Amino acid sequence: MKLVGRVWKYGDNVNTDQIFPGKYTYTITDPAEMAKHAMEDLDPDFAKNVQKGDIIVAGKNFGCGSSREQAVTALKVAGISTIIADSFARIYFRNLINEGVLALTIPGFSNMVEKGDKIEIDLDNGKVIAKGKTFDFPPLLPKMQEILQAGGLIEYVKKRLEKAL
Amino acid sequence: MPQKGRTLAERILAKKALKDIVVPGEIVTVQPDYVLSHDNSSAIIKGFKKMGAKNVFDPERIVIVLDHVVPAAAETHALSHKEIRQFVSEQGIKHFYDINRGICHQVFVEEGFARPGYVVVGSDSHTTTYGAMGTFSVGIGRTETASVWALGEIWLRVPESFKFTLKGKFKPWVGAKDLALHILGKIGADGAIYKSIEFVGPLADEMSVSDRMVLANLSAEMGAKNGIFYPNKAVKEFLYERGIEDIEIFEPEPDATYEMEMEFDVSQLDPLVAMPHSVDNVKRVDEVRGIRVDQVLIGTCTNGRLEDLEIAAKILKGRKVARGVRLLVFPASYPIFLEALRKGYIETFIDCGGVVMNPGCGPCLGGHEGVLAPSEVCLSTANRNFKGRMGCNTAEIYLSNPAVAAASAITGYITNPNEVI
Repeated sequence: MKLVGRVWKYGDNVNTDQIFPGKYTYTITDPAEMAKHAMEDLDPDFAKNVQKGDIIVAGKNFGCGSSREQAVTALKVAGISTIIADSFARIYFRNLINEGVLALTIPGFSNMVEKGDKIEIDLDNGKVIAKGKTFDFPPLLPKMQEILQAGGLIEYVKKRLEKAL
Repeated sequence: MPQKGRTLAERILAKKALKDIVVPGEIVTVQPDYVLSHDNSSAIIKGFKKMGAKNVFDPERIVIVLDHVVPAAAETHALSHKEIRQFVSEQGIKHFYDINRGICHQVFVEEGFARPGYVVVGSDSHTTTYGAMGTFSVGIGRTETASVWALGEIWLRVPESFKFTLKGKFKPWVGAKDLALHILGKIGADGAIYKSIEFVGPLADEMSVSDRMVLANLSAEMGAKNGIFYPNKAVKEFLYERGIEDIEIFEPEPDATYEMEMEFDVSQLDPLVAMPHSVDNVKRVDEVRGIRVDQVLIGTCTNGRLEDLEIAAKILKGRKVARGVRLLVFPASYPIFLEALRKGYIETFIDCGGVVMNPGCGPCLGGHEGVLAPSEVCLSTANRNFKGRMGCNTAEIYLSNPAVAAASAITGYITNPNEVI
């Protein structure tokens, strides 16, 4: 499978309050509404201009801070297909996979691309192609692949519970 | 038997996975002893139902504490609380604490759910706090929590461990918060990403449960999967007082393998602050003295315990909060509130011009009860100072220990407690 998308680029330590402000955590429950506030305190242009299939490329420790899953839901519903970072905060990484969003750790990749670049992700061969260069990424853990293939953790658990019946 | 020593994380995860040995990078599936959630339980319930799950795996191993926005600040919160109460009743969830109990992490420890060798997962990033008791506790998201409610298990990657040896004696008005900020300043907000931090050494052995909780809590801000201590005398006494005597005591295995080892001597440590907008942007209070503050917050799951209120009361007694400064005090739980009342601390806070609030998270995450206006400055004893965190993205948040917070409330600017005492 191949994905092609446009890059939104961010730096190091982008935290969950920047991705989805804490003040909305218990007032906004509609995913479409969450998407309207995505990245509000970091990049006000994001929610206005993001398109389906866009890719976020960030530095280290992306998604640090709270466990709030709306910080994943907001980006997913806004149209983000994949996030590539030098490293991820661990709860955020699990939340991405659990929500069915592809998360790739490629140290140093964020230095190679700019906002608006078109990049290609070749999932079968574990490669990202940007500016004519190829970057390898290691396969995700088998457990994570299973969850992604199911379309996220809700679907994954649903299938397991159905099988158990 | 294993050939070499194991870290505390490896020992606990091996035991829970019914194996002799586990190695970093290995994936294990374990059944957590407890699963914690708070106000976000309403979202977890929705996920649980979408999964087609009917009954929770064990109504005695789910702990729900309402603390984030309590009492409800708006209809949305009220509805979410109502849905949680209904679910608790339907499912027969035994350990439910309504709006009258305190901050989930404090309540969880006070109720004796955090024990040495237990594995706990919680839908809150500061679930790491129970490492103070020798518990392997990690934060997870909402969907994942729903999945644990449904299946009773979770997969975990065995983390590499860092060994932080703590030693020395704190100077007056310097404490565990300063040590945590010092470590953050050294290793950065991503310094321990995915790792288990094991706190050892003579100071770790002597530390109170409260001080240990500060370090385990702030391990989350270092990016760690968890922060954990070997149970010491204080932990044993804490559990004995609650009638919990059947506990497994772990001693360090000296030949365990750590990915990194660092030593921290606290003897020369001065009071520190984390500057806006990141927890690892750490300076000595004396370097930034004079920054004006509009609001001072004493409380949260980091520093709202009795010892913290005692320190603040010592500084505030017989003094007045500076004109134009708002001091908010949030005891972390009702037992703490009552004890602070008996000891006269609450009277001190009110006499000096402070506002004493109900136990809960308060404005820490920008929900209610003291959010900030544009360009305002808050000095807080919390664990996060991200831009926008306290409800306004042009406000600035500084983090410190409770002594610095109290001293700064009196002067109206960031102040070393030695200046007012």
